[in-house]
Amino acid sequence: MNHLLELLVVLPLAGFVVSLLQPEAREEPVYRVVRGTVLLHGLVTLVLLVEWWWLDRPLVHITGLHLFYSPHLDFSTGYMFDGITACFALVGLFVTLMVILYSRCYMHRETGYKRFFCTVLFFYSGYNLVIYAGNMETMFIGWEILGVTSFLLIAFYRDRYLPVKNALKVFSIYRTGDVGLLLSIWMLHHLFGGDVSFYQLSDMSYVLSRQAQHYPEACFTAIMLLLAATVKSGQLPFSSWLPRAMEGPTPSSAIFYGALAVHMGVFLLLRSENLWRGLPLIPVLIAVLGLATSLVATMIARCQSAIKAQIAYASVAQIGLIFIEIACGLGELALLHFAGNAFLRTYQLLVSPSVVAYLIREQGHRDTRIVRNIESYLPESLHYRLYLLSIREFGLDLILYQLLWQPLKTAGKFSAGLISGRGVILLALVYLAGLFLLPDPGMTAAGWQQILPLSAAAVALLLALAAFAERGAAWRSWLMIIVSHYWVALSIALNTAVEPREVVLYLSGVSIAGTAGFFLLWMPHAAGVSAGRVPRVCLDDFYGMTRNHPWRSRLFLLAGLCSIGFPISPTLIGEDLMFSHIRGEQILLATLTSLDFIVVGLVVMRIYARVYLGADKGMAGGAVNRSA
Amino acid sequence: MVSVAIFQQEAGLPKLTKRTLFNNLLQANGGDVSKPDISSGTGFDLHATLDVLKALLPHQAPLKDFVHHNPLNAFQGKPFENAVSEAAQLFGYQVYLPLDEYRRRYHEGAIRADVLERILQQRHPGEEDYWQQKMLESTPVTKEPAVVGRCRARWRQLLDFSLDEAVHPGLFRWLGGYLDQGIAVWSFPRCDLGLFEAFHALESRATGGMLRSREARELLISGRTGIEHLLGLLAGDPAIYGYYLLDQQFAHPGWSGMVAHLESHPDSLLSPRTVSLADLIRVELLLEIDALACHKPHGWQLLATVTGDLAAQGNPLEQKARPDENLHACHLFQLALEWSYYQQVLAAVQASSQMLAASGHATAAPGRSFQALFCIDDRCESIRRHVEQLDGQCETFGTPGFFAIDAVFQPHDSRFSSKICPPPVNPGHLLGETLSRDKSRQSDFHHSRHSTNLFGGLMITHTLGLWSAVKLFLSIFRPHLSAQGSSSAAHMDKSSSLSIDARTGCAEDPDGVQIGYRHEEMVSRAAALLNSIGFTGNFAGLVYLVGHGASSVNNPYYAAYDCGACSGRPGSVNARVMADILNRHEVREELALQGINIPSGTRFVGALHDTTRDDLQFYDLDRLSAGDINRHRRHAAIFAEALKRNAAERARRFELTVQTQYAAHLHDAVRERSGSVFEPRPELNHATNAICIIGRRSLSRRLFLDRRAFLNSYDCHSDQDGLLLAGLLKAAAPVCGGINLEYYFSRVDPHNLGAGSKLPQNVMGLIGVANGVDGDLRTGLPLQMTEVHDPVRMLVIVEQSADVVLRTIKSDNTLLEWFANHWLHLVAIDPDSQQLSCFDGEGFVSLPPMSGDVMDGAFLHQWLETRADNLPVCYLNQAGL
Repeated sequence: MNHLLELLVVLPLAGFVVSLLQPEAREEPVYRVVRGTVLLHGLVTLVLLVEWWWLDRPLVHITGLHLFYSPHLDFSTGYMFDGITACFALVGLFVTLMVILYSRCYMHRETGYKRFFCTVLFFYSGYNLVIYAGNMETMFIGWEILGVTSFLLIAFYRDRYLPVKNALKVFSIYRTGDVGLLLSIWMLHHLFGGDVSFYQLSDMSYVLSRQAQHYPEACFTAIMLLLAATVKSGQLPFSSWLPRAMEGPTPSSAIFYGALAVHMGVFLLLRSENLWRGLPLIPVLIAVLGLATSLVATMIARCQSAIKAQIAYASVAQIGLIFIEIACGLGELALLHFAGNAFLRTYQLLVSPSVVAYLIREQGHRDTRIVRNIESYLPESLHYRLYLLSIREFGLDLILYQLLWQPLKTAGKFSAGLISGRGVILLALVYLAGLFLLPDPGMTAAGWQQILPLSAAAVALLLALAAFAERGAAWRSWLMIIVSHYWVALSIALNTAVEPREVVLYLSGVSIAGTAGFFLLWMPHAAGVSAGRVPRVCLDDFYGMTRNHPWRSRLFLLAGLCSIGFPISPTLIGEDLMFSHIRGEQILLATLTSLDFIVVGLVVMRIYARVYLGADKGMAGGAVNRSA
Repeated sequence: MVSVAIFQQEAGLPKLTKRTLFNNLLQANGGDVSKPDISSGTGFDLHATLDVLKALLPHQAPLKDFVHHNPLNAFQGKPFENAVSEAAQLFGYQVYLPLDEYRRRYHEGAIRADVLERILQQRHPGEEDYWQQKMLESTPVTKEPAVVGRCRARWRQLLDFSLDEAVHPGLFRWLGGYLDQGIAVWSFPRCDLGLFEAFHALESRATGGMLRSREARELLISGRTGIEHLLGLLAGDPAIYGYYLLDQQFAHPGWSGMVAHLESHPDSLLSPRTVSLADLIRVELLLEIDALACHKPHGWQLLATVTGDLAAQGNPLEQKARPDENLHACHLFQLALEWSYYQQVLAAVQASSQMLAASGHATAAPGRSFQALFCIDDRCESIRRHVEQLDGQCETFGTPGFFAIDAVFQPHDSRFSSKICPPPVNPGHLLGETLSRDKSRQSDFHHSRHSTNLFGGLMITHTLGLWSAVKLFLSIFRPHLSAQGSSSAAHMDKSSSLSIDARTGCAEDPDGVQIGYRHEEMVSRAAALLNSIGFTGNFAGLVYLVGHGASSVNNPYYAAYDCGACSGRPGSVNARVMADILNRHEVREELALQGINIPSGTRFVGALHDTTRDDLQFYDLDRLSAGDINRHRRHAAIFAEALKRNAAERARRFELTVQTQYAAHLHDAVRERSGSVFEPRPELNHATNAICIIGRRSLSRRLFLDRRAFLNSYDCHSDQDGLLLAGLLKAAAPVCGGINLEYYFSRVDPHNLGAGSKLPQNVMGLIGVANGVDGDLRTGLPLQMTEVHDPVRMLVIVEQSADVVLRTIKSDNTLLEWFANHWLHLVAIDPDSQQLSCFDGEGFVSLPPMSGDVMDGAFLHQWLETRADNLPVCYLNQAGL
């Protein structure tokens, strides 16, 4: 059984690698690999399920690979299997298989056929990592895969403006949730004094005893988990990303935003139930959040005239109800509700183009105008106000923009002003000074002990923000985020004694990816300079270079993902290590560092989008209308 | 308005603070609200600008009434080459294939070198080498940016703020909500009001609406919302108001075009709305002022500050197209591409005509086993060919598929009636359907409004949600036409009865539409139909009238798949009604007086061909005598076999079908396709259409035309004065030309003139489709419908002497425009001398005899099984396929 469990996680990943090797020119090979992988995966899942049922449904837990070991951190993967996993595994398997079969004809002859199937399989790998995860670290790896595959599928039509813009928007909102998860992992370490698996967490009395000792930490962990769940499941105030994610081909919207990705928040809450169940306010908070979302989302759904947006908001409203069910301790009901909602919305999205023929025919049968909707019984001005609010989605998109994007922009402009020409040289000198201080942290006065790491982290954040505000050459922005990583390392090194190999682990991935990325971005710039033109690639426009340089685009995506701690580079473990050196009471330092990671992630994806996605300037037929 | 200009001069700065601006404006109008603000002496003519905008915007009807039209019909008054160059320079459209693709086709031989040489000799005598080099070798210089959008781009840079991005999402949502035809559960509160009144009514009642700034709200409430007044706040200089509106509206041509269409065709919405483009512009201008006021609280620079050079240039729309050598090179290539194909067709048609003359036509018309009238549609070419191959004694005709029935049809269970005749025809008759028994309707909870509600959704997800999984599974493994689809057979129930006779007493309803036809009206329709196709004698025992329709599921473009001559509906009602009329004894008596003698033994049978499924259903067979039924059985077997062959022939283009199916199962595979929710190409419609032959069937009966030809039967000998021809051309040119040019432009510019890929589309308000949630409505045809289309303009071949044809097309200016401006090519083939002559815009010029390299169809059988590309014209093997 244990081996089966590991196989279930490895199989889709292996299939993904094989699918990448298939030729792009032909459809059949890649389709067969993807379908075969999912079918085989389904078979193994069923065998496992039967065995599990036969053994009277135990809670299975195994430890996987030890990726890194040091006295204070044991970074290992772990897997577990219980009823929740079983339910999510079955629904995920069924929906994925159906969508893959559906897409064979549907995606036929579409540019990017292979890209679509590979991304869906990669998504499925991430999904399985999340649901089979035995500890938070493993889940985080899967979680990151979900985020990046979402980005790639929303921006599937990468030469149009809106898909790319919305992909970035959704990614930035996802990133907020990721930080919630990252911070909760960090705090969990301090809460339980080391690594902890979900298996250990299933012992409620153990959890309660730890929580009683560290009450504030426990609350912080729960709230961060809730943040991650809220973002991923489109609850208030993050609901507006869901309809905007419907830019890819219909089947990808169906599997991601109808069925699986959007219910990941539900899974997170169920999985981490013991972490918040014992705290008095959190269940109430979850229920209130769910209730508010379901009411607001229902109003918005009811006035939508775009079919996919209507389905999206109706689904969000149901997830709000699922949150309430979870808060009330009705786990089984929530699972049933999840399955029903996932199937219903997937199918509704897949057949959404039918709505024209169906509803027009239906209107012939009965006069829909005589059916008064309940809102029309409201007093007139309240009715109008609510309608306009709902049409405007309660301003949620605007609020998020002002809450997330605007402060970043302002702060970015501010820090860009600080870090200009001479500032860079100054920073380099200060960095050297910092290194000089390193050998003996004890030498520094006690007061400095606090301030030095904080200021280094602040510099790192400033650099990241300046990179965010950079609208000139792409390579400059890229350089700033790489340097920013070095400052994070310095900050942590100043904070506590760090083993050199930990820093090396963290910075090795960053350095290699950084160098590669820099050259990739420098190349077109150098071409522009040698041709006697001004630097060609600036960050205030889209260049769509994927069209002419597909390999550069792929390599840059790889480099970018490495540099933001995506689970293909040691940086992920490095980031985790860095966090493990931040003490439980150093919330400010943790916040600065995690903010830095969010901004760096945003900057990298933004560079990728601006340089490689969007309409190609030299494309025949000219730029396509942005609103199209 | 005047004071704005003064203020600018005084300050010496092109920036206005908002307060001053508003005060100035209020003073300029003396604070008198009732006084209309007219910018005197500005030279800006609002009405003229609106008219131009309405003409230029896409004319696409709501989805249910999808009708093919020329996307550049605003330019149709100009010669094709000038018109498309102008459109390309104005809007940045791609109007030809990319030069590289022409070169590839040239090197592959699809564009023939000799044809290209001949065209260069004709067009550029003495400069052949220069152009040849230009076309084949030189690298094209990069295009200049389009005129439209230029001002706004500059303004955007100046403001460092994208007005479009701030305004569009809200505007589209609001407009979508207002125009919605039934997707939203909570419908727009005041859709009884006009567009602007509705905006005003909601905004003035509620704070927290679309307008967030005090300034914009004040404007709305004060009533100073005239377009010119608002433009003064944004553009500043009346000389560039035209530029402003053009850029603004063409930033979302889909929505604006829809509003402009609904303004002129309010009846195309089932839930009526009163809209006008002017209202939309007012709302949008207000939203723009609002966005600027919120984003630039200290005032903003007017557009006029960056357009000093443009204002002097005058109206962008009146400027002539700049000569562009790249475009001209493409044009020459395009001509060569077209004539490389035309040449084959003309050679084959000429040869057929010569053979016909040699054999001595019409002297001894053979006895016919049966006759069948099909639609002129290119999809009917193959089924006619197969029927004729299977029964050499039968005869088929082509006529527009509405069979001269100019009516609206009201299904038994519908409150609405829909037009079933060509779009330009104004129907004066209503055909109602009554059923002997009430059929239960299938419904589908997936489209139920309850699933959108909170508790309805809760109930449905907990119960039927799991059933969705079963439905999903079945729809993938057992595809079938369900309630979700649009089935041609469901248009009219087979067992229903139709109100064909004009009812006494209630002859006319208030709309001026009469129920059914009076006796004399029936006679005139019947005579018109039979005369137009020269079918006035030699009637066989059974004559079939075969309309056509299509069945598909998960397809918002379903109306484009049905019969174009029936305004995007299946032709079943028309075929059945005309058959009924022709079977009436008293009608035949009157027809006999006009020289059309239909033997009493002849029966007409209505039928419907489903072009997606290749199914055929016959109507009113119970009215046939026993002997007729027996004969009909034999014919039905022939039709069944022909349909099977037709399905196999079509399947050669469906890559996935051919890969997986044995030939015997192709028909089933094709049928299954129509019910598959996952199939974006239930059929390929008019893709590859290229020619239209107006003449006797004998011109094309021996030819394999690969479903690329519209075939309209016409007997030149009974029409010496060209009166019948005028009628045929007036119907055929706009219908075939509209289809052909819509395919052409959707193919050459799938992103601007076509609708892009169908796969990410999102249905908006049941009237249109958009990409994603925030997108503009997409017009034109999706990639999936046009990808196999070869973009060639249509060649109309008329079998008639050139003089008669010339007289006929010159009798009607709109008709002349199609040919004189080369939107369609026209060739006449003289029935006596078999001389081909081509219309060059002024008159007919004789064409040299075409090189006779039409292939023999020996390999046809093999090609049909192995090739997916366009096949050459070839002679059919008389032994049958």
